[in-house]
Amino acid sequence: MFWHQEMETLDRPALEALQLKRLQETVRRVERVPFYRGKFLESGLKPEKIRTTCDVQRLPFTTAADLRENYPDGMLAGSRDEVLRLHTSSGTTGKPKALFFSRRDVDNAAELIARALCMTGVTKRDVLQNMMTYGLFTGGLVMHYGAEKVGCMVIPSGPGTSERQLMLMQDFGTTVVHVTPSYAFYFADFLEKKGLNPRRDLALRKAFVGAEPYTEETRRKIEAALGLDVYNSYGLTEMNGPGVAFECEGKCGMHLWEDNFILEIINPATGEPVADGQTGELVLTSINREAMPLLRYRTRDLSSIIPGPCACGRTHRRIHRITGRSDDMLIVRGVNIFPQQIERVLMSIPQVGRNYVIQLEGLDDMTVKVELSPAGFDGQVGHLVKLQNEVVEKLRAELFVRPKVELVACGSLPVAEGKAKRVIDKRSL
Amino acid sequence: MNTVKLVAIFAENRPGQVARITEVLSHANINIRCIIVASTGNCGVMKVLVNDPDTACRDLKAAGFAATLTDVVAVEMPDKPGALHSVAQCLATHDINLLNTSGFAANNRAILVIEVEDPVQAGEVLKKGGLHVLTQKETLSI
Repeated sequence: MFWHQEMETLDRPALEALQLKRLQETVRRVERVPFYRGKFLESGLKPEKIRTTCDVQRLPFTTAADLRENYPDGMLAGSRDEVLRLHTSSGTTGKPKALFFSRRDVDNAAELIARALCMTGVTKRDVLQNMMTYGLFTGGLVMHYGAEKVGCMVIPSGPGTSERQLMLMQDFGTTVVHVTPSYAFYFADFLEKKGLNPRRDLALRKAFVGAEPYTEETRRKIEAALGLDVYNSYGLTEMNGPGVAFECEGKCGMHLWEDNFILEIINPATGEPVADGQTGELVLTSINREAMPLLRYRTRDLSSIIPGPCACGRTHRRIHRITGRSDDMLIVRGVNIFPQQIERVLMSIPQVGRNYVIQLEGLDDMTVKVELSPAGFDGQVGHLVKLQNEVVEKLRAELFVRPKVELVACGSLPVAEGKAKRVIDKRSL
Repeated sequence: MNTVKLVAIFAENRPGQVARITEVLSHANINIRCIIVASTGNCGVMKVLVNDPDTACRDLKAAGFAATLTDVVAVEMPDKPGALHSVAQCLATHDINLLNTSGFAANNRAILVIEVEDPVQAGEVLKKGGLHVLTQKETLSI
């Protein structure tokens, strides 16, 4: 199903022509921003030199640090009077990153969500329970407006209080949820403890799962536990929030709305583009924003372009699920490790549960704490030892570092309501 | 079949974990006859012989514990020197390996609780050796 079939299936030359027109407008627009004006002067770049979409590579990068330095409104391209809404990103340290929306930006963000929802068959007859945090985080309001645009009945439940989530689902027949992977797992456990079978007792059909990177194994586990289809969803506050790239029914990569964003994958170390299919850092230029467009924003998310057309007929290219963040990388005993590698290994072992924590201590010791799955327990201590050794060996084979592994009781690790904190670094280096 | 059911519970090896388990059992009005704890580094398994294993296991699971029922052999021994040896000798001659052993004495009777790979076979062997292998009911009525 299409929300805007013409735009979603626009042939590539027409799509690229539209990109160029919008890129040129955007470059002229950001000339008003002192940060970009300075960068253009430095490099001698003139807006009229942007003649093809490839010329995007002549533009300067924008980093998260640039946004923090220009906080609160140094990056605003429009006038304050046009601003309708403010969101900030979840800044873990120091000042957050602020993003402004004009009326058109609010509407466009909702439009992209509407495309994403329709793409998987969501209609106005659906009841969408948005279990993401409402407030400054875009996962609440941006999804909300998009689902309303489709005509869904939206339940702005926000996260937490599983009893209330369940009550709303039962009383109002929720069919679609928007949720983080960690909360989806937590909620599945909660239903299991209550003795409820989601296939029988709830009307859930689809879950849009995002805000934290997760693996294909995690998707399958959530689908099995909740009895629904999980669609991978990608977005970031700096680019409107959710709705940047979502999956179609093919569940094979996320269509990135190229009429709104110019997509590049670069080598994070050199800044040079990598070949299609190669993993690198996703760099996005927002070409359809008024209040605060950003040029070549370094998302620090690692992904790759999936070459070739998609069976669904959409011409907007697909990106692979996020495999990590260039700044999530841990260095343990000189080896580069991404938490997603650890997650992938853990999810391939059925006797361990869904929640885990990576703890770094002492000089360079890594301990992975993982919950034992109640179904995987047979009362034999010998089997626990065997399982623990199996996890250690599989992690060592993947990471080239031998971690300590501790099996912990199901439900004993903290579950975050927003983004899960998987890494605790207490090293005294 | 003269085997006895124990409730086995996964527990982390840190303060307060046994208390979390016994709290559930106490609320369910479960009486514990015998307790075995086997630990391996950061975690372990606690096994209890109780008056109502099915209820105990169900309530523990409902409280979020990884719990399961496991079959063991309870054999009665005279409360005197050499008694354990006679049991051990009997199992040894039949090449049966002891995974875990524990015991308790009450009302002048000594009961040995043994975990083996095949509790039914071990029970038969001990019976043939002239030892008294207890049923679940007998174990609880001591």
